[in-house]
Amino acid sequence: MEMVHPHPPALAHQFDDLDQQRDAATLGMWVFLVTEVLFFGGLFLTYSVYRSWYPQAFAASSHELVVWAGTLNTAVLITSSLTMALAVHAAQTGERRPMLMFLIITMLLGATFLGVKAFEYYTEYAEHHIPGLDFRFEPEYFRHAQIFFSLYFMMTGLHALHMVIGLGIMSVMLWWAWRGTITAEYYSPIEISGLYWHFVDIVWIFLFPLLYLIGRHVH
Amino acid sequence: MATVVLPPRHYLNDGYGIKSWLLTRDHKRIALLYLAGVTFFFFVGGAMAVLIRLELATPAGDLVSDETYNKLFTMHGVMMVFFFLIPAIPSVLGNFLVPIMIGAKDLAFPKINLLSWYIYIVGGLFTLYSLVTGGVDTGWTFYTPFSTVSSTTNVISTALGIFITGFSSILTGLNFIVTIHRMRAPGMTWFRMPLFLWSTYATSLINVLGTPVIAITVLLVAVERIFHFGFFNPALGGDPVLFQHLFWFYSHPAVYIMVLPAMGVISELVAGACRKPVFGYHFVAFASLAIAVLGFLVWGHHMFVAGQSVYAAMIFSILSFLVAIPSAVKVFNWTATMWKGAVSWETPMLYAYGFIGLFTIGGLTGLFLAAIGVDVHVTDTYFIIAHFHYIMVGGTIMGYLGGLHYWWPKISGRLYNEGLAKLAAGIIFVGFNLTFFPQFIVGYLGMPRRYHAYPPEFQVLNVLSSAGASILGVGYLIPMVYLMWSLRYGRLAGSNPWGVVGLEWTTTSPPPTENFTETPVVTWDAYDYPARMEGHVV
Repeated sequence: MEMVHPHPPALAHQFDDLDQQRDAATLGMWVFLVTEVLFFGGLFLTYSVYRSWYPQAFAASSHELVVWAGTLNTAVLITSSLTMALAVHAAQTGERRPMLMFLIITMLLGATFLGVKAFEYYTEYAEHHIPGLDFRFEPEYFRHAQIFFSLYFMMTGLHALHMVIGLGIMSVMLWWAWRGTITAEYYSPIEISGLYWHFVDIVWIFLFPLLYLIGRHVH
Repeated sequence: MATVVLPPRHYLNDGYGIKSWLLTRDHKRIALLYLAGVTFFFFVGGAMAVLIRLELATPAGDLVSDETYNKLFTMHGVMMVFFFLIPAIPSVLGNFLVPIMIGAKDLAFPKINLLSWYIYIVGGLFTLYSLVTGGVDTGWTFYTPFSTVSSTTNVISTALGIFITGFSSILTGLNFIVTIHRMRAPGMTWFRMPLFLWSTYATSLINVLGTPVIAITVLLVAVERIFHFGFFNPALGGDPVLFQHLFWFYSHPAVYIMVLPAMGVISELVAGACRKPVFGYHFVAFASLAIAVLGFLVWGHHMFVAGQSVYAAMIFSILSFLVAIPSAVKVFNWTATMWKGAVSWETPMLYAYGFIGLFTIGGLTGLFLAAIGVDVHVTDTYFIIAHFHYIMVGGTIMGYLGGLHYWWPKISGRLYNEGLAKLAAGIIFVGFNLTFFPQFIVGYLGMPRRYHAYPPEFQVLNVLSSAGASILGVGYLIPMVYLMWSLRYGRLAGSNPWGVVGLEWTTTSPPPTENFTETPVVTWDAYDYPARMEGHVV
């Protein structure tokens, strides 16, 4: 094949131009996020059913969580969404140094979240709140609290797994931004990674009130 | 007649050796990788079916123990549903055809396409591992609490196998959606697309919306078993019926994942064989979307006897009846297409006739089951088995084989032996009906599913069914032989052996790696007969 037109190095062979490639990548990420909504949706449904059946046990269990840690983490994540958005903006305008700086801050905030989460998990472990592992709770709610904590660990655990994957993606973005792959013409990798990062934040925005806050007024 | 020659450069001679296949990003080669995968799992699942039918040839449970029998029907279901029926048409024919039919060079994400094949294979290996290390006995439905608390078999590895393979469906669906939205050639508007693409698109929507739910559901089952968590365990106040809701929220739409692509194939076959536009193109296209949407609203009809409220059951019953409307639209429109058409009797068309008849029987018996009163009577009997095999085997496999025969000359560049192919199609049709029609009767008479022994009065019907199964098995083996044979010895097909219209028939057989030497510009509707036919007949 002869090259008639100048061929941008970032353009994959199946696309006609960079616009089409960027459109496809963006739509692909949105479709993927839809699948993620359905994936977490199964958990949110399970949570809703059991919370409506056992509101007292869920409130009592919710009281055992470390609310200040959850609140801190919420603030950390929302801030990381801001720095992520700033990193995308810097990529679009081709400002390399701010882009690198905001990516690093985003990753540090993500790591902070995971650190706080680890501390919370350790606290629950120390208080025997892990089902199947010498679980202890006030006798009245002993059975149903296990359902709450099963859901707590499953939901926050899958969310944390998404955070770890997000940090992996951001490491690749940092490397690409560092070596100059990301330019003002070709920034869609950072843009769609940002979509993923914001999505994972939004999942937490739902998890935090459902697990830590709802039902606190019952007692 | 001009001599037909192979194109000098095509996707099959663009690189040789194992690496050029295992690391390929060409959607056509990935389609062939999938062809190898689904064929393998089809025969693994088929082997289980052979043992099941052998056991049921006599009323006594004399060939295998009851526990082995439980594992046989479970592994048959798991292999066939998750590793053959769901991927077969989208991943093999869809992968090959979607980019060519819209005039694109490849799918939007070729690397993700290859990745989804590897995910499929890894999920399959997990499941094979569960099979050879003792199998699993929960039924392919994994009902709790048996699967989470009681069963002592390999539930975890099977569940993880299904979990992993699900991501292959999700990624393939995502790839097709983005490709159809963003990669169409100039002039290829939505309503100029062949109907196969409409049904593939509708299937992909179900894949991306439903599969994540089964993924989280089987993950919950696995986690409940591994860590002794409580999600569905009644001992902790959990609800096993909640599992059934989550399971069927995917697994009922999964039936449409299996049959919608087959419907798309039939639309192509009917139009091609009659050299006529499909009657009511827009209705057939929107019927695919309607089936995809309605399919998500009927899962409760699997749970009429599971302690669901009577009001919920009534609503699910009515919604289930509604699915019959778009399905019937398709059947009527195919029939209307054939009316006054020059109907031909080539092999693909035989499968299309088979599909229309068998799908209609499967669909109409589905209406029996949507009626709560009848359903309660035949729940967990062989009536159910017969019904869904008419849809999945009579529908999906007929569509798959019809499509494979129709596009085989395009895929391989060669023609198979038409006489043998017709013979095989006939054997499959006879064998299929002999296998499954008696099951409607024996089920209606009250024979329950999932038992390895049964009362002697059911033997005649079961012997008929087992005899039919052996005929069906032979029917499935014959195409293996002549299709392989054709790869080396078949006559060259030329670019348009059927003399039909459609972008895929304008490029060479086999097509070049980038599908078209120059991007086509589309100025005509799909099935533009007879206008475009003249210039394209070889």
